[in-house]
Amino acid sequence: MLNYTIRRLLFAIPTLLFISLIIFLLLDLAPNDPTGDLPLTIPPEVREKIRISLGLGEPIWWRYLLWCNQFFINEPLNMLGHIFDTCIGDCENRLRVSSWSTRSPVGDLIAERMPQTLWVVGMSYVLGILIAVPIGVYSAYRQYSWFDQAGTFVSMVGFSVPTFFTGVLMIVIFSVHLGWFPSKYNTLHVVTDWDSFVFQVRQSIMPVSVLALFNASQISRFMRASMLDNLNQDYVRTARAKGMTEQVVVLVHVLRNSLIPVVTVIALGVPQVFGGAIITEQVFSINGLGALLILGIQGADIPLVQTLTFIFAVLIVLFNLIADVLYGILDPRIRYD
Amino acid sequence: MTDAATTKSENQRSQWADVWDQFKTHKGAVIGMGFFIFICLLVILGPHLWTLDSNFIDIRSKNQGPSLAHPMGTDQLGRDTFASVLQGGQVSLAVGVVAMALALFLGTLVGVVAGYFRRLDGFLMRMTDLFLALPILPLLLVIIMLFRDTLRGLFGPETGIFILIVFVIGITSWMHTARIVRGDVLALKEQEFVLAARSIGTPSRRMILRHILPNVMSPIMVSATLGIANAIITESALSFLGLGFPSDFPTWGRLLFDSTNFMTLNPERVLWPGLAISLTVLSVNYMGDGLRDALDPRIRGR
Repeated sequence: MLNYTIRRLLFAIPTLLFISLIIFLLLDLAPNDPTGDLPLTIPPEVREKIRISLGLGEPIWWRYLLWCNQFFINEPLNMLGHIFDTCIGDCENRLRVSSWSTRSPVGDLIAERMPQTLWVVGMSYVLGILIAVPIGVYSAYRQYSWFDQAGTFVSMVGFSVPTFFTGVLMIVIFSVHLGWFPSKYNTLHVVTDWDSFVFQVRQSIMPVSVLALFNASQISRFMRASMLDNLNQDYVRTARAKGMTEQVVVLVHVLRNSLIPVVTVIALGVPQVFGGAIITEQVFSINGLGALLILGIQGADIPLVQTLTFIFAVLIVLFNLIADVLYGILDPRIRYD
Repeated sequence: MTDAATTKSENQRSQWADVWDQFKTHKGAVIGMGFFIFICLLVILGPHLWTLDSNFIDIRSKNQGPSLAHPMGTDQLGRDTFASVLQGGQVSLAVGVVAMALALFLGTLVGVVAGYFRRLDGFLMRMTDLFLALPILPLLLVIIMLFRDTLRGLFGPETGIFILIVFVIGITSWMHTARIVRGDVLALKEQEFVLAARSIGTPSRRMILRHILPNVMSPIMVSATLGIANAIITESALSFLGLGFPSDFPTWGRLLFDSTNFMTLNPERVLWPGLAISLTVLSVNYMGDGLRDALDPRIRGR
């Protein structure tokens, strides 16, 4: 198992390098110019000097290596130094990736935006799982019952209706017509006492439930399919024949075995949820990572966009790895030797 | 030759008749298909019947609710929302179909080549894995930001962005098709009829076109329905984030995005484009569901 994990980790390195190359080349070969923002009165030869001083005269592979050095060595060291409040190596003179539009280090911008995204995404995912698992279990146990039919229909609707429509619809119903919840998410809000906590819950309900509905509809399908696979197995009949109560058979024997593939699906879904949060954040004006990405894209802030895209890629690779390893740990029948 | 052709077509018809019989038993799928055909006809024929121009500005009747003259109301400039939704549907559906076709073509190509030629298998499948690890939505946004202006300059504002969006959706959603097709091709290659065909000296090209491809049609067709749904949602998401088509060129996502600014003033306006996207995607998904059941011989005839 350890062997396999190490092998998978080693394979993650070329994957990440490939993705970083794509991100780098995409932004580098794009037909716009980093000096495009400078005033037009600058004479062309000075502009050329500025380009060279920015390092744009170097060959492309050298710039890619420098970029990798910055991303894989300098930035992690900066981050570690920041977390432990110490100075690792030559931290005063070490370069930091800084945003073109705000001039502040990209790392700081991301650290500032991270909690909002994590709160909304995390809550919605947990809530989605909590809704999906019981629905999936009961749908499979009573296959083709009216509950199952209704569950199938709702989950079909849940992942067919895009989150930007459910979000907008919820705002129209609950903010505009009924006035129950605020339509905009106030990120500056600090929870200090009971009232402010209630406000925090009220403003989170809509974004969280939009994403949770979307996640739940997918996970409940997987849960149902996985339960159905297991319910007809021989060991279930054996358990019943032994005289175990139905509750133990379904909730202990079948559920535990059915959760194995579902857990990996849940792990694989995490990066997608972050991607989905880009849209939800836009709908509810949450200033999280997704909103930062959109801001960077609109302002052509290439360092910011590169870093954020790369973070999303790292999330995907990381959770693919986690899913593979988890599958091996949870299911003793799987052996990767 | 003619004899062979007729027997072949008869055989095929009976096979697809089986599929159709099974498909008909899935109620959701039949309703979904009916609705999808209805939407397609409405969107294609609608602008000829409902002759109001979607860009005709009538400022005196702005922000109206539904009425006989404007069944879906009007927007902030008095443009008829129904006409815009019909117009936008053409673009949204066209993007969905063309992007799906591109993704299917790439996916089938990669899948068949990887499954058929063992030497290319490792490389192509690693390639597929790498593409699956790309963060799709952020990359789509970045690509559109970077290449929008160039393509607009080359092909004009509408065609340029159409080509760009179709292209980026197509090249980022072929991976699942490729994996499924490869798996099927690998299984097919071991069957006797392939061996028989090879023993009479069939060259690879004809082997793929005659024997392999017709037998992997079913997963391809299921991917096709899911591909349309995916492409429509992606295009609307891009338009909704303000990185799709320009605003005087309506698509469903763009209409939804524009109407969110007038949510308090004219809340019904949000409903129509959103409903159009959701119902279309829902019907396509149901169709895919029914098709998958119908094409699965283990379920058929049960």
